[in-house]
Amino acid sequence: MPDSLLSGRAMRWLPVWRRNLRVWFKLAGPALVGNFGEPLLYLLALGYGLGSLVGIVGELPYLVFLASGIICSSALFTASFEGMYSAYTRMAVQNTWEAMLATPLDVGDIVLGELIWGASKSLISAAAILMVAAALGAVDGWRALWALPAIFAAGLCFTAMALVIAGLAKNYDFFLYYNTLFVTPSLLLGGVFFPMEGLPPAVRAVAEWLPLTHTVAIVRPLMTGTALSGVAIHLLILMFYGGFAYLLATLLIRKRLRG
Amino acid sequence: MAIIEAQGLSKCYGEQRVVDALSLSVPEGICWGLLGPNGAGKTTFLRMLTGNTSPSAGSLRVLGFPVPGKAVELRRHIGVVPQQENLDVDFSVVENLRTYASYFGISRSRLQSRIPELLKFAALESRAGSPVTALSGGMQRRLSLARALVNEPKLLILDEPTTGLDPQARQLIWQQLRALRARGMGLVLTTHYMEEATRLCDQVTIMDHGRILDSDSPQKLIARHIEAQVIEVYGKGLDSWHGVRGEALAERFERVGDTCFYYARDERPLLDALRGHPELSYLHRPANLEDVFLRLTGRELRDA
Repeated sequence: MPDSLLSGRAMRWLPVWRRNLRVWFKLAGPALVGNFGEPLLYLLALGYGLGSLVGIVGELPYLVFLASGIICSSALFTASFEGMYSAYTRMAVQNTWEAMLATPLDVGDIVLGELIWGASKSLISAAAILMVAAALGAVDGWRALWALPAIFAAGLCFTAMALVIAGLAKNYDFFLYYNTLFVTPSLLLGGVFFPMEGLPPAVRAVAEWLPLTHTVAIVRPLMTGTALSGVAIHLLILMFYGGFAYLLATLLIRKRLRG
Repeated sequence: MAIIEAQGLSKCYGEQRVVDALSLSVPEGICWGLLGPNGAGKTTFLRMLTGNTSPSAGSLRVLGFPVPGKAVELRRHIGVVPQQENLDVDFSVVENLRTYASYFGISRSRLQSRIPELLKFAALESRAGSPVTALSGGMQRRLSLARALVNEPKLLILDEPTTGLDPQARQLIWQQLRALRARGMGLVLTTHYMEEATRLCDQVTIMDHGRILDSDSPQKLIARHIEAQVIEVYGKGLDSWHGVRGEALAERFERVGDTCFYYARDERPLLDALRGHPELSYLHRPANLEDVFLRLTGRELRDA
Protein backbone atom coordinates (compact mmCIF):
# COMPACT_ATOMS: atom_id res chain seq x y z
CA MET A 1 0.00 0.00 0.00
CA PRO A 2 1.61 3.26 -1.10
CA ASP A 3 1.93 5.95 1.56
CA SER A 4 -0.24 6.07 4.60
CA LEU A 5 -3.88 5.10 4.59
CA LEU A 6 -5.21 8.44 5.73
CA SER A 7 -3.97 11.89 4.81
CA GLY A 8 -0.23 11.67 4.25
CA ARG A 9 1.11 14.89 5.69
CA ALA A 10 -0.54 17.46 7.87
CA MET A 11 -2.42 20.16 5.92
CA ARG A 12 -2.17 18.42 2.56
CA TRP A 13 -5.96 18.30 2.64
CA LEU A 14 -6.05 22.09 2.56
CA PRO A 15 -5.84 22.59 -1.25
CA VAL A 16 -8.75 20.15 -1.67
CA TRP A 17 -10.81 22.14 0.84
CA ARG A 18 -9.79 25.45 -0.76
CA ARG A 19 -10.79 24.23 -4.20
CA ASN A 20 -14.30 23.52 -2.93
CA LEU A 21 -14.41 26.86 -1.14
CA ARG A 22 -13.51 28.66 -4.38
CA VAL A 23 -16.33 26.92 -6.20
CA TRP A 24 -18.68 27.83 -3.36
CA PHE A 25 -17.68 31.50 -3.61
CA LYS A 26 -18.59 31.46 -7.30
CA LEU A 27 -22.09 30.29 -6.45
CA ALA A 28 -22.33 32.05 -3.10
CA GLY A 29 -25.30 34.21 -4.11
CA PRO A 30 -27.92 31.47 -4.52
CA ALA A 31 -26.27 29.43 -1.76
CA LEU A 32 -26.68 32.24 0.77
CA VAL A 33 -30.26 32.97 -0.28
CA GLY A 34 -30.96 29.30 0.45
CA ASN A 35 -29.01 29.33 3.71
CA PHE A 36 -30.93 32.34 5.05
CA GLY A 37 -34.22 31.97 3.23
CA GLU A 38 -35.07 28.34 4.00
CA PRO A 39 -34.77 28.51 7.79
CA LEU A 40 -36.54 31.87 7.80
CA LEU A 41 -39.52 30.35 5.98
CA TYR A 42 -39.59 27.28 8.21
CA LEU A 43 -39.28 29.28 11.40
CA LEU A 44 -41.95 31.76 10.35
CA ALA A 45 -44.41 29.19 9.00
CA LEU A 46 -43.94 26.37 11.50
CA GLY A 47 -42.67 28.42 14.43
CA TYR A 48 -45.57 30.85 14.41
CA GLY A 49 -48.18 28.76 12.54
CA LEU A 50 -47.72 25.42 14.27
CA GLY A 51 -46.45 27.23 17.36
CA SER A 52 -49.83 28.89 17.89
CA LEU A 53 -51.39 25.42 18.19
CA VAL A 54 -48.59 23.82 20.18
CA GLY A 55 -47.78 26.66 22.53
CA ILE A 56 -45.05 25.66 24.95
CA VAL A 57 -42.85 22.56 24.48
CA GLY A 58 -41.19 21.57 27.70
CA GLU A 59 -40.41 25.00 29.02
CA LEU A 60 -39.72 26.58 25.59
CA PRO A 61 -41.94 28.50 23.17
CA TYR A 62 -42.30 26.34 20.05
CA LEU A 63 -40.38 28.79 17.84
CA VAL A 64 -37.40 28.59 20.20
CA PHE A 65 -37.66 24.80 20.41
CA LEU A 66 -37.86 24.51 16.63
CA ALA A 67 -34.98 26.90 15.86
CA SER A 68 -32.59 24.85 17.99
CA GLY A 69 -33.70 21.70 16.14
CA ILE A 70 -33.59 23.07 12.59
CA ILE A 71 -30.00 24.22 13.02
CA CYS A 72 -29.10 20.55 13.64
CA SER A 73 -31.18 19.09 10.81
CA SER A 74 -29.68 21.62 8.41
CA ALA A 75 -26.23 20.34 9.38
CA LEU A 76 -27.43 16.83 8.57
CA PHE A 77 -28.89 17.87 5.21
CA THR A 78 -26.00 20.07 4.15
CA ALA A 79 -23.35 17.52 5.08
CA SER A 80 -25.25 14.60 3.55
CA PHE A 81 -25.83 16.42 0.27
CA GLU A 82 -22.20 17.52 0.08
CA GLY A 83 -20.83 14.09 1.02
CA MET A 84 -23.08 12.23 -1.38
CA TYR A 85 -24.15 14.23 -4.44
CA SER A 86 -21.35 16.78 -4.62
CA ALA A 87 -18.53 14.42 -3.69
CA TYR A 88 -19.86 11.75 -6.05
CA THR A 89 -19.99 14.31 -8.86
CA ARG A 90 -16.36 15.20 -8.25
CA MET A 91 -15.37 11.54 -8.00
CA ALA A 92 -17.35 9.85 -10.76
CA VAL A 93 -18.70 12.52 -13.12
CA GLN A 94 -16.24 15.42 -13.31
CA ASN A 95 -13.21 13.26 -12.42
CA THR A 96 -11.89 16.07 -10.23
CA TRP A 97 -10.31 13.54 -7.87
CA GLU A 98 -8.62 11.73 -10.73
CA ALA A 99 -6.97 15.02 -11.71
CA MET A 100 -5.85 15.50 -8.10
CA LEU A 101 -4.34 12.01 -8.04
CA ALA A 102 -1.96 12.97 -10.84
CA THR A 103 -0.43 15.49 -8.40
CA PRO A 104 1.29 14.90 -5.04
CA LEU A 105 -2.14 14.55 -3.37
CA ASP A 106 -3.22 11.09 -2.29
CA VAL A 107 -6.63 9.52 -1.70
CA GLY A 108 -6.35 10.16 2.05
CA ASP A 109 -5.76 13.88 1.47
CA ILE A 110 -8.79 14.10 -0.80
CA VAL A 111 -11.13 12.32 1.61
CA LEU A 112 -9.95 14.45 4.54
CA GLY A 113 -10.34 17.64 2.50
CA GLU A 114 -13.86 16.65 1.49
CA LEU A 115 -14.70 15.70 5.06
CA ILE A 116 -13.63 19.05 6.48
CA TRP A 117 -15.31 20.84 3.60
CA GLY A 118 -18.66 19.11 4.25
CA ALA A 119 -18.43 20.11 7.92
CA SER A 120 -17.51 23.66 6.89
CA LYS A 121 -20.63 23.90 4.75
CA SER A 122 -22.70 22.68 7.70
CA LEU A 123 -21.11 25.44 9.72
CA ILE A 124 -21.96 28.10 7.11
CA SER A 125 -25.58 27.01 7.02
CA ALA A 126 -25.80 26.78 10.84
CA ALA A 127 -24.32 30.26 11.22
CA ALA A 128 -27.00 31.63 8.88
CA ILE A 129 -29.76 29.92 10.86
CA LEU A 130 -28.32 31.18 14.10
CA MET A 131 -28.50 34.74 12.79
CA VAL A 132 -32.08 34.26 11.60
CA ALA A 133 -33.04 32.69 14.92
CA ALA A 134 -31.36 35.51 16.84
CA ALA A 135 -33.21 38.08 14.75
CA LEU A 136 -36.49 36.35 15.63
CA GLY A 137 -35.55 36.37 19.30
CA ALA A 138 -35.31 32.57 19.45
CA VAL A 139 -31.81 32.45 20.95
CA ASP A 140 -30.72 32.75 24.55
CA GLY A 141 -27.78 35.13 24.52
CA TRP A 142 -24.14 34.73 23.45
CA ARG A 143 -23.85 31.23 24.84
CA ALA A 144 -25.65 30.12 21.68
CA LEU A 145 -22.40 30.66 19.74
CA TRP A 146 -21.11 27.49 21.40
CA ALA A 147 -23.59 25.63 19.24
CA LEU A 148 -21.36 26.28 16.22
CA PRO A 149 -18.38 24.07 17.22
CA ALA A 150 -20.89 21.37 18.16
CA ILE A 151 -22.46 21.70 14.71
CA PHE A 152 -19.01 21.45 13.11
CA ALA A 153 -18.37 18.19 14.97
CA ALA A 154 -21.76 16.87 13.87
CA GLY A 155 -21.00 18.04 10.31
CA LEU A 156 -17.82 15.93 10.32
CA CYS A 157 -19.83 12.91 11.44
CA PHE A 158 -22.61 13.37 8.86
CA THR A 159 -20.18 14.09 6.00
CA ALA A 160 -18.13 11.00 6.82
CA MET A 161 -21.26 8.84 6.77
CA ALA A 162 -22.37 10.34 3.45
CA LEU A 163 -18.90 9.76 1.96
CA VAL A 164 -19.29 6.06 2.74
CA ILE A 165 -22.47 6.06 0.67
CA ALA A 166 -20.75 8.00 -2.15
CA GLY A 167 -17.94 5.43 -2.08
CA LEU A 168 -20.47 2.65 -2.59
CA ALA A 169 -22.72 4.39 -5.13
CA LYS A 170 -22.89 3.41 -8.80
CA ASN A 171 -25.30 6.23 -9.67
CA TYR A 172 -27.23 9.10 -8.09
CA ASP A 173 -30.34 6.97 -7.50
CA PHE A 174 -28.44 4.96 -4.93
CA PHE A 175 -28.56 7.95 -2.57
CA LEU A 176 -32.33 7.55 -2.22
CA TYR A 177 -31.73 4.51 0.00
CA TYR A 178 -29.74 6.59 2.42
CA ASN A 179 -32.14 9.51 2.22
CA THR A 180 -35.16 7.34 2.92
CA LEU A 181 -33.61 4.95 5.41
CA PHE A 182 -31.43 7.37 7.34
CA VAL A 183 -31.81 11.08 6.65
CA THR A 184 -35.62 11.29 6.78
CA PRO A 185 -35.97 9.07 9.89
CA SER A 186 -33.31 11.20 11.56
CA LEU A 187 -35.20 14.36 10.73
CA LEU A 188 -38.51 12.99 11.98
CA LEU A 189 -37.30 11.10 15.05
CA GLY A 190 -34.21 13.05 16.14
CA GLY A 191 -36.09 15.61 18.21
CA VAL A 192 -36.07 18.43 15.67
CA PHE A 193 -39.84 19.07 15.46
CA PHE A 194 -41.07 17.48 18.68
CA PRO A 195 -39.48 16.00 21.80
CA MET A 196 -38.75 12.30 21.57
CA GLU A 197 -40.33 11.70 24.95
CA GLY A 198 -43.70 11.30 23.21
CA LEU A 199 -42.55 8.46 20.94
CA PRO A 200 -43.53 4.82 21.55
CA PRO A 201 -40.70 3.01 23.43
CA ALA A 202 -39.64 0.88 20.41
CA VAL A 203 -39.37 3.89 18.11
CA ARG A 204 -37.65 5.84 20.82
CA ALA A 205 -35.07 3.09 21.21
CA VAL A 206 -34.19 3.56 17.53
CA ALA A 207 -34.13 7.33 17.87
CA GLU A 208 -31.63 7.07 20.73
CA TRP A 209 -29.12 5.62 18.28
CA LEU A 210 -29.37 8.38 15.70
CA PRO A 211 -26.42 10.77 15.60
CA LEU A 212 -28.86 13.65 15.02
CA THR A 213 -30.48 12.93 18.41
CA HIS A 214 -27.12 13.48 20.09
CA THR A 215 -26.48 16.61 18.08
CA VAL A 216 -29.81 18.08 19.20
CA ALA A 217 -29.03 17.03 22.78
CA ILE A 218 -25.95 19.28 22.78
CA VAL A 219 -27.12 22.14 20.60
CA ARG A 220 -30.61 22.74 22.03
CA PRO A 221 -29.48 23.53 25.58
CA LEU A 222 -26.68 25.75 24.24
CA MET A 223 -29.07 27.77 22.09
CA THR A 224 -31.99 27.97 24.50
CA GLY A 225 -30.20 28.31 27.82
CA THR A 226 -31.68 25.12 29.27
CA ALA A 227 -29.67 22.66 31.35
CA LEU A 228 -26.87 20.93 29.46
CA SER A 229 -25.88 17.42 30.48
CA GLY A 230 -23.94 14.47 29.17
CA VAL A 231 -21.98 16.50 26.59
CA ALA A 232 -19.04 14.10 26.70
CA ILE A 233 -21.25 11.08 25.98
CA HIS A 234 -23.03 12.79 23.11
CA LEU A 235 -19.74 13.94 21.58
CA LEU A 236 -18.22 10.49 22.01
CA ILE A 237 -21.12 8.92 20.16
CA LEU A 238 -20.73 11.42 17.30
CA MET A 239 -16.99 10.76 17.25
CA PHE A 240 -17.60 7.03 17.18
CA TYR A 241 -19.95 7.23 14.20
CA GLY A 242 -17.81 9.80 12.44
CA GLY A 243 -14.49 8.06 13.06
CA PHE A 244 -15.72 4.70 11.91
CA ALA A 245 -17.38 6.20 8.82
CA TYR A 246 -14.25 8.21 8.00
CA LEU A 247 -12.05 5.10 8.01
CA LEU A 248 -14.57 3.12 6.00
CA ALA A 249 -15.07 5.92 3.47
CA THR A 250 -11.31 6.22 2.96
CA LEU A 251 -10.97 2.49 2.39
CA LEU A 252 -13.91 2.33 -0.02
CA ILE A 253 -12.83 5.36 -2.03
CA ARG A 254 -9.21 4.22 -2.12
CA LYS A 255 -10.29 0.83 -3.46
CA ARG A 256 -12.52 2.48 -6.02
CA LEU A 257 -9.97 4.99 -7.33
CA ARG A 258 -6.97 2.67 -7.21
CA GLY A 259 -8.69 -0.20 -9.02
CA MET B 1 19.68 7.02 -16.44
CA ALA B 2 16.45 5.36 -17.55
CA ILE B 3 13.29 7.39 -16.91
CA ILE B 4 11.26 4.19 -16.74
CA GLU B 5 12.64 0.86 -15.58
CA ALA B 6 10.18 -2.04 -15.29
CA GLN B 7 11.09 -5.59 -14.28
CA GLY B 8 8.54 -8.40 -14.53
CA LEU B 9 5.72 -5.93 -13.99
CA SER B 10 2.27 -7.56 -13.80
CA LYS B 11 -1.25 -6.52 -12.96
CA CYS B 12 -4.03 -9.05 -12.48
CA TYR B 13 -7.71 -8.43 -12.00
CA GLY B 14 -8.94 -11.76 -10.73
CA GLU B 15 -7.91 -14.33 -13.32
CA GLN B 16 -7.20 -11.74 -15.98
CA ARG B 17 -3.59 -10.64 -16.46
CA VAL B 18 -3.93 -7.14 -17.88
CA VAL B 19 -0.19 -6.50 -17.74
CA ASP B 20 1.88 -9.65 -17.98
CA ALA B 21 5.49 -9.69 -16.79
CA LEU B 22 6.47 -6.50 -18.59
CA SER B 23 10.16 -5.63 -18.60
CA LEU B 24 11.39 -2.51 -20.30
CA SER B 25 13.73 0.42 -20.01
CA VAL B 26 13.08 3.87 -21.48
CA PRO B 27 16.10 6.18 -21.76
CA GLU B 28 15.76 9.83 -20.77
CA GLY B 29 15.08 12.69 -23.14
CA ILE B 30 13.16 10.70 -25.74
CA CYS B 31 9.56 10.49 -26.81
CA TRP B 32 8.39 6.96 -26.17
CA GLY B 33 5.16 5.67 -27.66
CA LEU B 34 3.13 2.81 -26.28
CA LEU B 35 0.92 1.26 -28.94
CA GLY B 36 -1.62 -1.51 -28.71
CA PRO B 37 -5.24 -2.36 -29.47
CA ASN B 38 -7.99 -1.65 -26.94
CA GLY B 39 -7.50 -3.82 -23.90
CA ALA B 40 -3.78 -4.31 -24.54
CA GLY B 41 -2.92 -2.97 -21.08
CA LYS B 42 -1.68 0.50 -22.07
CA THR B 43 -3.85 2.55 -19.73
CA THR B 44 -3.22 0.16 -16.84
CA PHE B 45 0.51 0.53 -17.45
CA LEU B 46 0.21 4.35 -17.47
CA ARG B 47 -1.78 4.23 -14.23
CA MET B 48 1.01 2.15 -12.71
CA LEU B 49 3.57 4.77 -13.78
CA THR B 50 1.85 7.39 -11.58
CA GLY B 51 1.33 4.97 -8.69
CA ASN B 52 -2.44 4.99 -9.09
CA THR B 53 -2.63 1.28 -9.79
CA SER B 54 -0.54 -1.02 -7.65
CA PRO B 55 1.31 -3.79 -9.50
CA SER B 56 0.44 -7.39 -8.60
CA ALA B 57 4.08 -8.38 -9.14
CA GLY B 58 7.38 -7.00 -10.36
CA SER B 59 9.19 -3.75 -9.79
CA LEU B 60 8.93 -0.32 -11.33
CA ARG B 61 11.12 2.77 -11.08
CA VAL B 62 10.13 6.06 -12.67
CA LEU B 63 12.71 8.90 -12.69
CA GLY B 64 14.57 6.73 -10.19
CA PHE B 65 11.67 6.67 -7.69
CA PRO B 66 10.38 3.24 -6.72
CA VAL B 67 6.66 3.11 -7.58
CA PRO B 68 4.21 2.86 -5.92
CA GLY B 69 6.36 3.24 -2.76
CA LYS B 70 7.49 6.81 -3.53
CA ALA B 71 4.68 7.69 -5.93
CA VAL B 72 3.68 10.87 -4.10
CA GLU B 73 7.25 12.25 -4.33
CA LEU B 74 7.46 11.11 -7.94
CA ARG B 75 4.29 12.97 -8.86
CA ARG B 76 5.99 16.26 -7.98
CA HIS B 77 8.17 15.72 -11.06
CA ILE B 78 5.73 14.40 -13.65
CA GLY B 79 2.87 15.85 -15.64
CA VAL B 80 -0.16 13.87 -16.79
CA VAL B 81 -2.50 14.61 -19.70
CA PRO B 82 -5.41 12.20 -19.27
CA GLN B 83 -7.33 10.51 -22.05
CA GLN B 84 -10.63 11.81 -20.74
CA GLU B 85 -10.63 15.53 -19.99
CA ASN B 86 -10.84 16.19 -16.24
CA LEU B 87 -10.48 19.95 -16.19
CA ASP B 88 -12.40 21.70 -13.44
CA VAL B 89 -15.60 22.79 -15.18
CA ASP B 90 -16.48 25.14 -12.33
CA PHE B 91 -13.44 27.29 -13.11
CA SER B 92 -12.03 29.54 -15.81
CA VAL B 93 -8.83 28.77 -17.72
CA VAL B 94 -6.59 30.68 -15.29
CA GLU B 95 -8.42 29.36 -12.24
CA ASN B 96 -7.81 25.83 -13.50
CA LEU B 97 -4.08 26.49 -13.67
CA ARG B 98 -4.04 28.17 -10.24
CA THR B 99 -6.06 25.46 -8.54
CA TYR B 100 -4.00 22.67 -10.05
CA ALA B 101 -0.81 24.45 -9.01
CA SER B 102 -2.13 24.58 -5.44
CA TYR B 103 -2.19 20.76 -5.38
CA PHE B 104 1.59 20.90 -5.86
CA GLY B 105 1.98 23.58 -3.22
CA ILE B 106 3.44 25.98 -5.80
CA SER B 107 3.84 29.44 -4.32
CA ARG B 108 1.81 32.41 -5.53
CA SER B 109 4.91 34.37 -6.52
CA ARG B 110 6.32 31.56 -8.64
CA LEU B 111 2.92 31.14 -10.23
CA GLN B 112 2.70 34.83 -11.16
CA SER B 113 5.39 34.41 -13.79
CA ARG B 114 4.48 30.84 -14.68
CA ILE B 115 0.85 31.42 -15.69
CA PRO B 116 1.50 33.86 -18.57
CA GLU B 117 4.12 31.43 -19.94
CA LEU B 118 1.68 28.54 -19.78
CA LEU B 119 -1.11 30.55 -21.42
CA LYS B 120 1.27 31.55 -24.19
CA PHE B 121 2.44 27.98 -24.69
CA ALA B 122 -1.15 26.78 -24.93
CA ALA B 123 -2.11 29.71 -27.21
CA LEU B 124 -4.87 30.58 -24.76
CA GLU B 125 -3.83 34.12 -23.75
CA SER B 126 -7.05 35.60 -25.09
CA ARG B 127 -9.15 33.01 -23.26
CA ALA B 128 -7.60 33.37 -19.80
CA GLY B 129 -10.90 34.29 -18.16
CA SER B 130 -13.15 32.00 -20.19
CA PRO B 131 -15.00 29.22 -18.43
CA VAL B 132 -13.65 25.82 -19.43
CA THR B 133 -17.08 24.83 -20.74
CA ALA B 134 -16.83 27.58 -23.38
CA LEU B 135 -13.61 26.14 -24.87
CA SER B 136 -13.48 23.93 -27.95
CA GLY B 137 -12.14 20.39 -27.69
CA GLY B 138 -8.75 21.48 -29.02
CA MET B 139 -8.51 24.37 -26.55
CA GLN B 140 -9.46 22.09 -23.66
CA ARG B 141 -6.72 19.67 -24.66
CA ARG B 142 -4.19 22.51 -24.85
CA LEU B 143 -5.27 23.63 -21.39
CA SER B 144 -4.84 20.06 -20.11
CA LEU B 145 -1.34 20.10 -21.56
CA ALA B 146 -0.54 23.50 -20.01
CA ARG B 147 -1.94 22.29 -16.68
CA ALA B 148 0.32 19.24 -16.78
CA LEU B 149 3.32 21.57 -17.16
CA VAL B 150 2.49 23.75 -14.17
CA ASN B 151 5.06 21.97 -11.95
CA GLU B 152 7.79 22.01 -14.64
CA PRO B 153 7.85 18.20 -14.91
CA LYS B 154 10.82 16.14 -16.05
CA LEU B 155 8.49 13.57 -17.56
CA LEU B 156 5.17 14.11 -19.31
CA ILE B 157 2.67 11.25 -19.64
CA LEU B 158 -0.02 11.60 -22.31
CA ASP B 159 -2.84 9.11 -22.82
CA GLU B 160 -4.12 9.51 -26.41
CA PRO B 161 -3.31 13.23 -26.55
CA THR B 162 -4.97 13.98 -29.90
CA THR B 163 -7.94 11.60 -29.98
CA GLY B 164 -11.04 13.44 -31.16
CA LEU B 165 -9.20 16.58 -32.31
CA ASP B 166 -9.45 18.17 -35.77
CA PRO B 167 -6.30 18.23 -37.95
CA GLN B 168 -5.47 21.85 -37.07
CA ALA B 169 -5.67 21.18 -33.34
CA ARG B 170 -3.67 17.98 -33.75
CA GLN B 171 -0.88 19.73 -35.67
CA LEU B 172 -0.59 22.33 -32.91
CA ILE B 173 -0.37 19.66 -30.18
CA TRP B 174 2.32 17.88 -32.18
CA GLN B 175 4.35 21.08 -32.47
CA GLN B 176 4.02 21.68 -28.74
CA LEU B 177 5.11 18.16 -27.88
CA ARG B 178 8.13 18.44 -30.17
CA ALA B 179 9.04 21.75 -28.53
CA LEU B 180 8.91 20.08 -25.11
CA ARG B 181 11.09 17.21 -26.22
CA ALA B 182 13.59 19.69 -27.67
CA ARG B 183 13.85 21.17 -24.16
CA GLY B 184 14.88 17.74 -22.90
CA MET B 185 11.59 16.72 -21.35
CA GLY B 186 10.85 12.99 -21.47
CA LEU B 187 7.55 12.14 -23.15
CA VAL B 188 5.50 8.99 -22.80
CA LEU B 189 2.39 8.71 -24.92
CA THR B 190 -0.19 6.20 -26.02
CA THR B 191 -2.01 6.65 -29.29
CA HIS B 192 -4.14 4.81 -31.80
CA TYR B 193 -2.79 6.99 -34.61
CA MET B 194 0.23 5.30 -36.13
CA GLU B 195 1.00 8.43 -38.10
CA GLU B 196 1.23 10.32 -34.82
CA ALA B 197 3.57 7.73 -33.33
CA THR B 198 5.75 7.80 -36.45
CA ARG B 199 6.03 11.58 -36.37
CA LEU B 200 6.58 12.06 -32.66
CA CYS B 201 8.21 8.99 -31.19
CA ASP B 202 11.90 8.15 -31.11
CA GLN B 203 11.00 4.72 -29.88
CA VAL B 204 7.75 2.79 -29.82
CA THR B 205 6.69 -0.34 -28.02
CA ILE B 206 3.85 -2.40 -29.45
CA MET B 207 1.99 -4.43 -26.86
CA ASP B 208 -0.99 -6.75 -26.81
CA HIS B 209 -2.62 -8.89 -24.14
CA GLY B 210 -0.35 -7.28 -21.56
CA ARG B 211 2.87 -8.30 -23.28
CA ILE B 212 5.46 -6.54 -25.40
CA LEU B 213 5.47 -7.68 -29.02
CA ASP B 214 8.35 -5.52 -30.21
CA SER B 215 10.17 -2.30 -29.39
CA ASP B 216 12.31 0.00 -31.55
CA SER B 217 12.31 3.18 -33.59
CA PRO B 218 9.37 3.36 -36.04
CA GLN B 219 11.71 3.09 -39.04
CA LYS B 220 13.49 0.03 -37.70
CA LEU B 221 10.22 -1.65 -36.83
CA ILE B 222 8.94 -1.09 -40.36
CA ALA B 223 12.17 -2.39 -41.88
CA ARG B 224 12.12 -5.42 -39.59
CA HIS B 225 8.53 -6.54 -40.14
CA ILE B 226 7.27 -5.25 -43.48
CA GLU B 227 8.56 -5.20 -47.07
CA ALA B 228 9.29 -1.62 -48.09
CA GLN B 229 6.46 -1.21 -50.61
CA VAL B 230 2.74 -1.83 -50.26
CA ILE B 231 0.15 -1.93 -53.04
CA GLU B 232 -3.51 -2.14 -52.10
CA VAL B 233 -5.63 -3.50 -54.95
CA TYR B 234 -9.42 -3.74 -55.21
CA GLY B 235 -12.04 -3.96 -57.95
CA LYS B 236 -14.13 -6.44 -59.90
CA GLY B 237 -11.43 -8.51 -61.59
CA LEU B 238 -9.24 -8.84 -58.49
CA ASP B 239 -9.64 -12.61 -58.06
CA SER B 240 -8.57 -13.56 -61.57
CA TRP B 241 -5.73 -10.99 -61.66
CA HIS B 242 -4.54 -12.21 -58.29
CA GLY B 243 -4.41 -15.83 -59.46
CA VAL B 244 -2.56 -15.03 -62.67
CA ARG B 245 -0.26 -12.16 -61.66
CA GLY B 246 -0.51 -10.70 -58.17
CA GLU B 247 0.23 -13.78 -56.10
CA ALA B 248 3.36 -14.60 -58.06
CA LEU B 249 4.79 -11.08 -58.15
CA ALA B 250 4.46 -10.12 -54.46
CA GLU B 251 6.70 -11.41 -51.71
CA ARG B 252 3.68 -11.56 -49.45
CA PHE B 253 0.00 -10.73 -49.74
CA GLU B 254 -2.95 -10.40 -47.43
CA ARG B 255 -6.63 -10.48 -48.37
CA VAL B 256 -8.88 -8.26 -46.26
CA GLY B 257 -12.50 -8.05 -47.43
CA ASP B 258 -12.57 -6.75 -51.01
CA THR B 259 -8.96 -5.53 -50.90
CA CYS B 260 -5.72 -7.39 -51.39
CA PHE B 261 -2.55 -5.99 -49.83
CA TYR B 262 0.63 -6.86 -51.74
CA TYR B 263 3.98 -6.43 -50.01
CA ALA B 264 7.20 -6.25 -52.02
CA ARG B 265 10.73 -4.91 -51.79
CA ASP B 266 10.46 -3.85 -55.44
CA GLU B 267 7.07 -2.56 -56.46
CA ARG B 268 7.76 -2.17 -60.20
CA PRO B 269 6.74 -5.68 -61.46
CA LEU B 270 3.40 -5.34 -59.65
CA LEU B 271 2.74 -1.85 -60.99
CA ASP B 272 3.61 -3.02 -64.54
CA ALA B 273 1.23 -5.94 -64.19
CA LEU B 274 -1.56 -3.62 -63.02
CA ARG B 275 -1.14 -1.34 -66.02
CA GLY B 276 -3.46 -3.07 -68.53
CA HIS B 277 -6.28 -3.53 -65.96
CA PRO B 278 -8.51 -0.48 -65.76
CA GLU B 279 -11.12 -2.54 -63.86
CA LEU B 280 -8.74 -2.65 -60.89
CA SER B 281 -8.11 0.30 -58.59
CA TYR B 282 -4.93 0.44 -56.59
CA LEU B 283 -2.97 2.51 -54.14
CA HIS B 284 0.80 2.33 -53.95
CA ARG B 285 2.50 3.58 -50.81
CA PRO B 286 5.58 2.93 -48.67
CA ALA B 287 5.12 0.54 -45.76
CA ASN B 288 4.17 2.28 -42.51
CA LEU B 289 3.82 1.66 -38.81
CA GLU B 290 0.16 0.70 -39.19
CA ASP B 291 1.22 -2.27 -41.36
CA VAL B 292 3.59 -3.34 -38.58
CA PHE B 293 0.91 -2.85 -35.96
CA LEU B 294 -1.67 -4.91 -37.84
CA ARG B 295 0.87 -7.59 -38.64
CA LEU B 296 1.85 -7.96 -34.99
CA THR B 297 -1.56 -7.60 -33.36
CA GLY B 298 -3.83 -9.06 -36.06
CA ARG B 299 -6.78 -7.56 -37.88
CA GLU B 300 -9.70 -8.84 -35.84
CA LEU B 301 -11.82 -6.21 -34.05
CA ARG B 302 -11.17 -5.53 -30.38
CA ASP B 303 -14.43 -4.65 -28.74
CA ALA B 304 -13.20 -5.30 -25.23
